[in-house]
Amino acid sequence: MCGIAGLIHRGKSSNVGSELQGMLQALKHRGEDSTGYALYGDTDGKNFIMRFKVGENVGEGSSSVVEDVSVYDERKKIVDQTLSELGAKIVKEERTLPYSLRYELDYDRKDLLEFSQRIESIPGVEILSMGKSLEVIKDLGNAKAVCDRYSLDKLVGTHAIGHARMATESGVDIKSAHPFWGYPFSDVSVVHNGQLTNYWNNRRALENKGMRFMSECDSELIAVYIAQKMREGASLQEGMKDSLTGLDGVFTYFVATKDSLGMAKDTMAAKPLVLYESDDLVAMGSEEIAIRSVLPQEIDTYDPFDGEVKVWQI
Amino acid sequence: MANLKNVTKKTKAQAMGMHTEILTGRTQQKFFNPDEAENFFYYGAYDVDFNKRTDLDVKDMTAPQANKEIDNLMSQGYGTIVIKNPQGKHSLGVGILNKLNLIFEGSLGYFGIGSCDGPIVRINGRVGWSCAENLMAGKVVIEKNAGSCFGAAIRGGDLICKGSVGARTGIDMKGGTIIIGGDAGAFTGFMMQRGRIIILGDVGINLGDSMYDGTIFVGGEIGSYGSDAVDADLTKSDQDWLRRKLKVAEIGENFDVSKMKKIVAGKKLWNYDNLEPTEKKGAI
Repeated sequence: MCGIAGLIHRGKSSNVGSELQGMLQALKHRGEDSTGYALYGDTDGKNFIMRFKVGENVGEGSSSVVEDVSVYDERKKIVDQTLSELGAKIVKEERTLPYSLRYELDYDRKDLLEFSQRIESIPGVEILSMGKSLEVIKDLGNAKAVCDRYSLDKLVGTHAIGHARMATESGVDIKSAHPFWGYPFSDVSVVHNGQLTNYWNNRRALENKGMRFMSECDSELIAVYIAQKMREGASLQEGMKDSLTGLDGVFTYFVATKDSLGMAKDTMAAKPLVLYESDDLVAMGSEEIAIRSVLPQEIDTYDPFDGEVKVWQI
Repeated sequence: MANLKNVTKKTKAQAMGMHTEILTGRTQQKFFNPDEAENFFYYGAYDVDFNKRTDLDVKDMTAPQANKEIDNLMSQGYGTIVIKNPQGKHSLGVGILNKLNLIFEGSLGYFGIGSCDGPIVRINGRVGWSCAENLMAGKVVIEKNAGSCFGAAIRGGDLICKGSVGARTGIDMKGGTIIIGGDAGAFTGFMMQRGRIIILGDVGINLGDSMYDGTIFVGGEIGSYGSDAVDADLTKSDQDWLRRKLKVAEIGENFDVSKMKKIVAGKKLWNYDNLEPTEKKGAI
């Protein structure tokens, strides 16, 4: 089933980590196999923030292999060495969990494709997000469990999107969890509720164009699809509109960039979405109760129609 | 009144003719014997007094707790119940089988007012997906917008949304009337089998797709017609009915119904002409 939620503050910052946690926790009945956050924090915009994992210690029942912590240490050393070779200087380093790391990097190259390919060529390493503002955090469990594990409740920023997952077509593991980074674009992330039926055809076509897939989760296709459209020169909104015909299946998805947040709904309107819009806040979720967690008072909300694409700026 | 708990279900159903009716076509008129009326009893239905009024704050209740409390209040004879702070909770106000004035001061989530038969419900907010699913009789008024599958499979009653609604409004409906003050999404009237839908605004693609029977009236633009949905002549009788319905619904009272489009099924796809349970009740 899955649940998605997002919010964007216009003209101000807020405690988006805590707000999104509340929204996703309200949707936990839609799935709590894993929960993911894409948070756009207040930064000075000088350094890249790279969230990455060097393995998955996700336990019994998972499709992933449980590895020893020493393996993670070895991979981290190789990542550090590769960053040095790429000319990226580690300004700040945080290791939240043995397999999950956050680096602030002084790196002046704009094209992240080669950078990402080098880092991800290290076995077991995946970049969860790369950007000047974006931080993707995802792990197994419900919203509160993940928020507590990664201390997200204090994160201040302008906007955020998130996902509460009930695994259906791929494993219960971190690599299949949402949000997906819009590789190789800085600060682009995607969450999706639904099912894509032309996943493999699109995936093969995009891989032939040099795009990479880290999981077998159909939702990852949206991030890669839109990233490819943007590589070809389309705007975010143009890429999203194109997806309404290019992607087959049922879907409601959100895409966020450094300064915007967008939603798209398939032409059959088969997946739910409730929207609240005001001058200073836009909030959206699979169910109204998600919005109610940040706006408990009586508010006017509505369901977008089939085939709608909307984008809001901060 | 008889209590169904003490009646063998199989015997009761057979005695009511529910397994022995013969499908003979559209002109069939087979009613219950009026003498059976005394045995027609809803387990869980109450005699209530509309003048006996109370408030119920459900802010800190789960949906089952809130519904149980509504049931408890009805069992005490309360006929007007005002629900405070519904806050988008799912499945509120379901399974009410008697007359009741039920007022929600706020919005509902999914599956609100499901499987009801008889209450008059006013929601001073919006509703999520599948509001009033399987409504048998009564009236439900939503002051704001509604989500998808609004009025799915209703068999009777009036369902009114003063705002706009999502996709698949009236899907599989078998009777009753749905009135929309604003716009409606794709697949409105999908597989509808009877009843009427009135939309004052625009409607999305595939209107009336695979509809078996019933009628859809549209005041605005139509995105596209669904398979086998066709235009029909808007008669004077239709217009009179529309004016009366809109007036009773307190919606679009000055709307020019003479310009509305009427959409019906292009082919006869049905073969289901037994009376609906609500019609059977009405015949008693």
